[in-house]
Amino acid sequence: MELYRLNISEARKLLDKKEVSAKELLDSIYRRIDAVEDKVKAYVTLSKEKAYEMADASQGKISSGEASSLSGIPLAIKDNMCTKGIRTTCSSKILENFIPPYESTVTSKLGEQGYVLSGKTNLDEFAMGSSTENSGFFTTKNPWDLERIPGGSSGGSAAAVAADECIAALGSDTGGSIRQPASLCGVVGLKPTYGRVSRFGLVAFASSLDQIGTITKNVRDSAILMNIISGKDPLDSTSASVVVPDFTKNLGREIKGLKIGIPREYFIEGMDKEIEAAVKTSIRQLESLGAIPVEISLPHSEYAVATYYVLATSEASSNLARYDGVKYGFRASALGGGKDLLDMYMNTRAQGFGAEVKRRIMLGTFTLSSGYYDAYYKKGQQARTLIKQDFETAFKQVDVIVTPTSPTAAFKIGEKTSDPLQMYLSDIFTISVNLAGVPGISIPCGFTSNNLPVGLQIIGKHFDEETILKVSYAYEQATEWHMRRPKL
Amino acid sequence: MAYEETKTVKYEAVIGLEVHAQMLTNTKIFCGCSTRFGSEPNTQTCPVCIGMPGVLPVLNKKALEFAIRSGLATNCKISNYSRFARKNYFYPDLPKGYQISQYELPICEHGFIEIVIDGEIKRIGITRIHMEEDAGKNIHEGAGNYSFVDLNRTGVPLMEIVSEADIRSPKEAAEYMKKLRTILRYLGVCDGNMEQGSLRCDANVSIRPIGQKELGTRAEVKNINSFKFVEKALEYEIKRQVKVIEEGGKIIQETRLWDSDRGITESMRGKEEAHDYRYFPEPDLVPITVEQKWIDEIKSSLPELPDIKRERFVSEFGLPEYDADLLTSEKSTAEWFEKAVKRGGDPKLVCNWIKGEIMRLLNTDGKTMDECPLKPYHLVFILNLMRDTKINANAAKIVLEDMYKNPATIYGYANLELPVFEVEAEAHVEKIIKEKGLVQVSDEGAIEKAVDEIIAKNPKEVERYKAGDEKLLGFFVGQVMKAMKGKANPQMLNEILKKKLS
Repeated sequence: MELYRLNISEARKLLDKKEVSAKELLDSIYRRIDAVEDKVKAYVTLSKEKAYEMADASQGKISSGEASSLSGIPLAIKDNMCTKGIRTTCSSKILENFIPPYESTVTSKLGEQGYVLSGKTNLDEFAMGSSTENSGFFTTKNPWDLERIPGGSSGGSAAAVAADECIAALGSDTGGSIRQPASLCGVVGLKPTYGRVSRFGLVAFASSLDQIGTITKNVRDSAILMNIISGKDPLDSTSASVVVPDFTKNLGREIKGLKIGIPREYFIEGMDKEIEAAVKTSIRQLESLGAIPVEISLPHSEYAVATYYVLATSEASSNLARYDGVKYGFRASALGGGKDLLDMYMNTRAQGFGAEVKRRIMLGTFTLSSGYYDAYYKKGQQARTLIKQDFETAFKQVDVIVTPTSPTAAFKIGEKTSDPLQMYLSDIFTISVNLAGVPGISIPCGFTSNNLPVGLQIIGKHFDEETILKVSYAYEQATEWHMRRPKL
Repeated sequence: MAYEETKTVKYEAVIGLEVHAQMLTNTKIFCGCSTRFGSEPNTQTCPVCIGMPGVLPVLNKKALEFAIRSGLATNCKISNYSRFARKNYFYPDLPKGYQISQYELPICEHGFIEIVIDGEIKRIGITRIHMEEDAGKNIHEGAGNYSFVDLNRTGVPLMEIVSEADIRSPKEAAEYMKKLRTILRYLGVCDGNMEQGSLRCDANVSIRPIGQKELGTRAEVKNINSFKFVEKALEYEIKRQVKVIEEGGKIIQETRLWDSDRGITESMRGKEEAHDYRYFPEPDLVPITVEQKWIDEIKSSLPELPDIKRERFVSEFGLPEYDADLLTSEKSTAEWFEKAVKRGGDPKLVCNWIKGEIMRLLNTDGKTMDECPLKPYHLVFILNLMRDTKINANAAKIVLEDMYKNPATIYGYANLELPVFEVEAEAHVEKIIKEKGLVQVSDEGAIEKAVDEIIAKNPKEVERYKAGDEKLLGFFVGQVMKAMKGKANPQMLNEILKKKLS
């Protein structure tokens, strides 16, 4: 077997037994990248030089018997997490040449465990999108069908994992940006509870919704990475002081008697038949493992997309104000060809941001404006509270909630770019989870007749990633969907 | 009640002040950078305060404590639950494109402070005190065709203290500012330096005919950047508004800038151009929950505040209200005074010497009481020499000034225990007295001789005195003192004079 096919646990074993060196593993990853990256285009930046230094350092530790959990393991990082000395672009022209002088907390933690940074992956500009088509540089292709999108915004990370261009990856999820591309690329994507993982160094899109998570080849790898990246961070006051369990501990425990909620609002008239069939089959499978399906209601689900687009754009309009051409990043020449400061601002932002980012900045600026705040932002916050309460009520009856991750399998490149609303609906099943702040995972649960992956979303209680990982693992053990690989 | 009078109508002013006070924390409000003033541009910055992508603010607990201290000292209610908000606007000195401030739920609300106006105590309401971060500074001078940005000040913690519109005259506004400054300095939360910008004041001003309940349209006056301009700027603005109305015009809601060179306020922007700051709750900071226990701890650690100290100085030391107010307006002065009294100094004498000689010396040097080279025991020592009639008041002044100007000799024994100090200081003082020929003459014969000479020279005055004009005693004392170059023991002189004249 080619080394690039390995998952984290397998690679760990081979490295520790010294059957494979960190360099050999990295060589294999870069050979794979050389072979397929032209087609997939998952990476914005390959950090080869740095990667070999890191692999070398890790090999030293392995050789001296001091290996840590990720020593020598190449991981890809979504290009909205700051890496010291390595360009971090958010796939935006405005940050095209931005090299952070600081490290995000998550990559620091991975670094302490000896990981090797293979490169930074493509995304929709500032994580705003569901297909990577909003990247300021290029669109990533779905490894299962190169004419289709990989999902987004963490499309680069999901495609890199699916195409074996890394062993695993980190993504970020504001409205589905880990789970939806994981679903569309046939890999495992976990969005932890809001506050579980530090956001320090994650370039903000919508601060109250953004959360870093994992994109992996299987459920165990997700648990392994979660053990490393979770926990209170003094640099992020929104990170929670909640005990971090060993997320691998419950993997393999049975799920007999576990109640799984099936929200009726998520299985609606007119939904994609193949998706519906795959998800319903999966639910029966969980039932056969001893879980008890319970029909539940999340009555405010229909307001989720609207609520999300009010709140996320409001925060984004403010978060993105710092890209003004004054301090770092792109500046439209001198005064931007204009005559004064205002021209410089306007030209810099007009030229530096792409269409979707500008659309969201305008939406958010509008919803926060005096006279509209109460009608939009405030109303949005109230709706968010109702959506949160839906989940609280539901979780009094059930242990997890199961839904499709995405209403459709991967769509064609260009299919939805002219209709933003259609694009926004790609996240219809994932958005509520961010609004409620609860954890959600997407795992492979079938394929369409076009051989496109379908994802199953499992949603858990606040800070109960353990249970959704346990259920996912049980499902994964009983099925083989996660073993399939695209032919490239 | 203060008002502006015209031919037909009497107007009163309605003023509310928004005061920005820079907090004296060592580090910035949301990062660990130093808050030191006057460093090289952009040397006290980090990714957080210059707004780099992906970084997050973390609240400096000291800033929160200072805000709570200020709230407690101004009789505010401290919110157990408050939160930060973002104030959004674009400007090069604002690196994030928003200022982290507080909006809907400030840390302190519903307080007041008291000022004395024409001997009457007046209460000025404090609407709220909230925390926020300062912006940086744009530099246009010496930059050629460019402008530079210095972000050292970005993120320095500020308190915005908003008063109710309870102020009715420029004088009241100035008293309010003084009192507020005194309180903040007592608390050690702000140095109160308006010229350096650590205390800034914006004023909302409107006028209305006396008796009218409804408020007039207000103008906001910004850039009042010195204590002496608080009254001037407001006086100008009130006169301007009266004139506009008297001439049949209307006051428009606008922001006006005080121009201290020209002594006028000028329109900066109207209501239409007012910024829409798009405030919303800061999602990067969790709401602030303050436990009552901590509030109580802070409360019990508050120093004795100026009003209470003033009342105590009146009752405990028998000082007049005016003197007590003067001594307590600066904490350092009050402390100096109390130390001197504790060392045995007579309160009234100590107060008089502080008010007189010591303040004169400090003012000449532009120094404050903190920087006074004289220590309280120096004064007490000199007062004791006077009490024991070793020197008279004239000599005492000269000795005091010499000690003040030669701090090296004073610092030489400043840290030593008292007995050693007294021995050495006495020797030192004796040396000065001798050098300057200030030794008091207590020789009865010498004084009698001088008295006799003066009596002989002024027969008319002697007759008038004997006829009952006792005020003339002062004249004789003055003449003898003059003849003896101020060295006569004043008590002896008095006695001898009275004896010889009777």
